[in-house]
Amino acid sequence: MAKNRSQFSNLDTLSVALFAICVILGWINVYAAVYNPEVDTRFFDISTNSGRQFIWILASIIIIIFIIVTDYKFYDTFAFVIYGFIIFLCILVIFIGANIKGSHSWFKIGDFTLQPAEFAKMATSLALAKYLSSPNVTLNKVRDRIISAAFVLVPLIIILLEKETGVALVFVSFIIILYREGLPGIFPLVIILGGILAVLGLVIPPIFVMIGLALLAFLVYYFLPKYEKNTKNIVVIGLIFFAMSAIVFSVDFVVNKVLEPHQRKRIEILFNPDSDPRGDGYNVTQSKIAIGSGGFLGKGFLEGTQTKFDFVPEQSTDFIFCTIGEEYGFIGSLAVVSLIIGLLLRIMFLADRQRSKFARIYGYCIVSIIFFHFMINIGMTIGLMPVVGIPLPFFSYGGSSLWSFTMMLFIFLKLDAHRSQLLSRY
Amino acid sequence: MQDENRTIIIRGFIFFVAIVYLCRLFYLQVIDNSYIEAAEDNAIQKVTEIPFRGLIYDRNKKLIVSNAPVYDLYVTPKKVKNIDTVRFCNLFQISIDEFKDKIERAKIYSYQRPTLFIRQLSIEDFAKVQDDLVDFQGFSFQTSAFRKYHSSGVANAIGYVGEISEKDLEKSTEDYYRQGDYIGLSGIEKYYESYLRGKKGIKYIMKNSKGAEKGAYKNGELDVPSVPGKTLYSSIDLDLQNLTDSLMQNKVGSAIAIEPNTGEILALVSAPSYDPKLLSGRNFRKTYGKLVMDPMRPLLNRPIQARYRPGSTFKTIQSLVALQQGVITPSFTASHAGSPIACTHNHPVSSSVMMALQQSCNPYYYFVFRRFMLDQNLSETNIFKRSAINLKLWDEMVAKFGIGQKLGVDLPSEIKGILPDVAFYNKIYKGPNTWKFSNIYSLAIGEGEVTVSPMKMANVACILANRGYYITPHIVKGIGTSGSILRQYSERKYVGIDKKHFDVVVEGMHRAASPGGTLSSGAIMADISICGKTGTSQNRVGKDHAIFICFAPRDNPKIAIAVFVENGGFGGSASGPVASLMIEQYLKGKVERQAYKEQVIATNYSKNVVSKSIAIKTNSGELITPKAEIKAAVIP
Repeated sequence: MAKNRSQFSNLDTLSVALFAICVILGWINVYAAVYNPEVDTRFFDISTNSGRQFIWILASIIIIIFIIVTDYKFYDTFAFVIYGFIIFLCILVIFIGANIKGSHSWFKIGDFTLQPAEFAKMATSLALAKYLSSPNVTLNKVRDRIISAAFVLVPLIIILLEKETGVALVFVSFIIILYREGLPGIFPLVIILGGILAVLGLVIPPIFVMIGLALLAFLVYYFLPKYEKNTKNIVVIGLIFFAMSAIVFSVDFVVNKVLEPHQRKRIEILFNPDSDPRGDGYNVTQSKIAIGSGGFLGKGFLEGTQTKFDFVPEQSTDFIFCTIGEEYGFIGSLAVVSLIIGLLLRIMFLADRQRSKFARIYGYCIVSIIFFHFMINIGMTIGLMPVVGIPLPFFSYGGSSLWSFTMMLFIFLKLDAHRSQLLSRY
Repeated sequence: MQDENRTIIIRGFIFFVAIVYLCRLFYLQVIDNSYIEAAEDNAIQKVTEIPFRGLIYDRNKKLIVSNAPVYDLYVTPKKVKNIDTVRFCNLFQISIDEFKDKIERAKIYSYQRPTLFIRQLSIEDFAKVQDDLVDFQGFSFQTSAFRKYHSSGVANAIGYVGEISEKDLEKSTEDYYRQGDYIGLSGIEKYYESYLRGKKGIKYIMKNSKGAEKGAYKNGELDVPSVPGKTLYSSIDLDLQNLTDSLMQNKVGSAIAIEPNTGEILALVSAPSYDPKLLSGRNFRKTYGKLVMDPMRPLLNRPIQARYRPGSTFKTIQSLVALQQGVITPSFTASHAGSPIACTHNHPVSSSVMMALQQSCNPYYYFVFRRFMLDQNLSETNIFKRSAINLKLWDEMVAKFGIGQKLGVDLPSEIKGILPDVAFYNKIYKGPNTWKFSNIYSLAIGEGEVTVSPMKMANVACILANRGYYITPHIVKGIGTSGSILRQYSERKYVGIDKKHFDVVVEGMHRAASPGGTLSSGAIMADISICGKTGTSQNRVGKDHAIFICFAPRDNPKIAIAVFVENGGFGGSASGPVASLMIEQYLKGKVERQAYKEQVIATNYSKNVVSKSIAIKTNSGELITPKAEIKAAVIP
C-alpha cells in the first residue's frame, strides 16, 4: 500500500489539478447544455448526457488507477503491440461497427458505444515515440522519415475509410512532434504555406493569386544580390513559383471535384458564414451568437437562452464551448483557454525534463494532439476554422474521447513519475 | 540548440493561436454587441397583447357591443408539407393565387415563426374546418376577438372598427398603432377610440429553436400587462332606438331623440342603415366596398352629416329672435297681402305668433323677418347697408342656437351647416352693399341659403323644451366604472332669449301639434301633449324633404325629437307620425298604437328619393363628404 500511495503522490500535482478542473467544468457545462427548464433535470440522471458523463468520469478514475498501478515499463515495451491492436480494432470496426450517421467507427454493445479511432491517437503517439526513440533512428534520413510518416498515415487512412474525417484530420498534428524531433522546418512550413495558398485560392480567383505570385517571384529575383543571379537560382525560383501556382489551381479542383458536398459547404461557410444562415451556416452563426451574447461576464449558470433552447446543435459535445461562452462570458472563455494552454505548457515543461527520449517524445505527441483539438474546436465555434466534428479535450461530452484523453495524459504522468528510473537513451 | 529553438517555435505558435483566439473572443463577446440582439431575436419573442376593447351599454345597462372570440389561422412556412392546395382553398374559400401569395409573404416575414394567414374565422367557420386541419401541417389557430353588435338598429351611432389605414398610420402622432391594428373608424367607436382601445401589453416569451414557447423571459419582469378598454355607457335607449330604426324603414333620413335637460341622445337613427355584422370581423373586406358604393349611402351618418334647409321649423327661431328684439309682439298680426311668398295653408289672417306657428304661415314670417331686417337701425338710411347691419345682428342671435356652428357632438365628422352672413352674400352678389332684404327674404321661412343637420334641429327642439338653453348633445353618458363624462357635456348653453318669449312659441308649437295644426291627426295623442313644428324643406330634385321637430310633454319635457324624411313631402304627415310613436314609446315604455305603427313602417318614401350616382373614392376611415346635399342646398 505504501508503495502504491507513493506512486500516486509522485504524479505531477499541477497537471492532475488542471485535468480535474477541466473535467469538472466540462461536466457542469454538459449539464447546462442539456438542462431543460421545464423538467427537473438532474446532474446524475443517466438518461441525460450529464448523468452519463458522470459515469464516464467515474470510469476515467478507474482507468487512471489502472494506469498508475501498471508498471511504467509496460507502455514503452508494448507500444507497438498496443498500436497494432488498436489498428486492428479500427479496421474491424469498418466491417462490424454500427452505422451511426453514415460513419462506421463505433462498436455498439447494447446502449454502450466505443470509438476505437479515439484511442488510435494515443496508440500512434506511443508507437511514434517508441520508433523515434530507437537507437539509430533520425529524421535526417529519408527512410526514417518515410517510416515515421507511415506510423501516422496508416491510422489516418483507415479512419478516413471509417468516414471520420474530423478524427483523421487530428493526425496531421503529428507534424508538430516530427518537427520537434528534427524534421526540417520546410515540411510544416509547406503545410502552413499550402494552407494559406489554398485559402487564397478559394477567396480570390486563382488567376489573380498567380499574377501576385509571379510578381513576387520577379521581385525576389530582382533583389537578389548580383552574384546570386545565376541559372540555378532562376530555376529554383521558377519551380517554387510553379509549385505554388499548382496548389492554388488544384484547390479549386479539390473543392469542386474531390470533396463531398457537405464538406465543400463547410469550407464555403468559413469564408462567408452568412451565405446560408438557416442551412449549413446555421451551426456557425448560432455558435457565434451564443458566444457573442455572453458579453464580458456571461449570463450565469443555466441562464443561457441559446444553450437552454437548443439553438446551437451538438452543444454538449463539439459545441460545448458555446455554453461556456454564453453563460460565463469572456471571463469564462479566458479561463478555459488559460486552463488548456496552462496544461499544454505544463506538459511541455514536464516533457523537457524527461531523461527518457521515449517519454519526452510521447509528451510532445500529446501536446500536439491536445493543441490541435483546442485549435480546431474553439476555432470553429468562433468562425475561424471550418466545422470539423472533433471534441474539446476534457470538456466535451463523450466516453471515448474523455477516456482517450485521460489515458494519453495519465500514461505520460505515469512515465513522468518514474522519470528518474527511465533509461536515458540519448 | 536546435531542440531549444524548435521548442520555442512550438510554444510561440501555441501562444500565437491562443492570443488570436482570445482577441477574437474579446471582439465577439465584448466589443460587438450585435450578437446580444441576435440572441434575443432567436430566443425571446416580443408578443403584443391586444386588450379587449371596451364594452358599450345603453342607458338601461343593456349590452349593445361586446367582444366575441374568433379564430385567426396562422401558418409556419417551415412546417408546411404536402398540402393539398385545392382542398385547402375550397375549405377556406380562397383562390389558389391568394393562397400562394399569402404563403410567399409569410415566408418573407419568417420561415420559422407563425404568420397570420386568415383572419377572424367565426366559431361556426372554425368548427367546419377544425377536423380537417390535421391534414394541413404548419397551420394553427389562435383565438382573438371581434366586435359583436347585439342590436342591428344602432349601426351608424356606434360605428365600426377596422384595420387602420396606411394614411392614418402615417398621420398618427402617438406611437401606438401598428399595421394590422384595429381602430374605430366611425361613430362612438371612432370618437371614443382612446378610451375603448385600452392599452396594449407586451409580453416577452422565450422560445426554443423549434419555436415552441418556453415560458416568460426573466419571469415576466419586463412584461407590461395590457389594460382592457373602458366600458362606455351610452345614453341610447335601446328600445327607443330599435323602434325608431324600424319606423325609419322604407325611408331615407334621420330621426333623433334627445333628453332636453341633459343633452343625452336617446335615439339616433340614420336611414337607410346597414347591419353592423356586415362590418365586423372577416365580413369587413367583403362588404365595405359595397356599402360605400351603395347610392343610398348607408354609411353616411345622416343625423350629423347630411344637410337640409330647415324649412318651416326655422320659424320657431325667427319668432324668438324677433320677439326678443321687440320688432314684433306676440299679438303681431299680418295678412297674406303684399308677401311675395304664398301661404301653403288655407287659413284666415294670422293674428298672433301662436296662430302663425299653428298654421305655419309663410307670409306672416315674411313680414316678421322684414321687420327684423328693415325696421331696426333706422339711423342707417341706405337700405343695403341697413340690411347688412341687421343681418349681422340676426346672425349673432341665430348662431347661439347652434346654426352654422359645429355643436360638438361626441361623434366624428359632424358638419357645420351654413348660416349665411354678410360676407357670404357679398361673395354671392359680388361686392358689399349690392344686396338687401328683398334678395334674402327666403331665410324668413328657413329656405334659401341656410342649411342644418338634423342634429341641429333636434338641439333646437331641446332649446325650446328647456325654454332657453341646451346642453351639447352627446351619446355617451358615462366612461368607465366611475361613469364620468367629458366636461363639455355638463355645461348649459343659454341662447340669450327671455323665457317669456319661449312661452309664446311653445304655445304656438302646442297648437301646431294639436287638432287644427299642421301635424297629421293620426300623430296626435289624447294623453300626451306634444309641442311641435312641421317643416318642408325645398329641394331641387324630387319632392320636398319632410321635417318635424317637437318635444313632449309640454311641461317638464322628457324628450325632444327631430325627424327628417327625405322627399317625404309634408313634415306633418311624413315625419310627425314617426316622432309621435317615438314619444309614446319613450314616455309610456311601449307602443299601444300597433296598427298605426305598422302603417308608419310600411309607408314608403324611399321610392321618391332620386338616388344620386356617387363615385366616392375612400379608404376605410375616410370621411364621406355629402357633396350631393351641398348641391341641393344651393339656391336655384
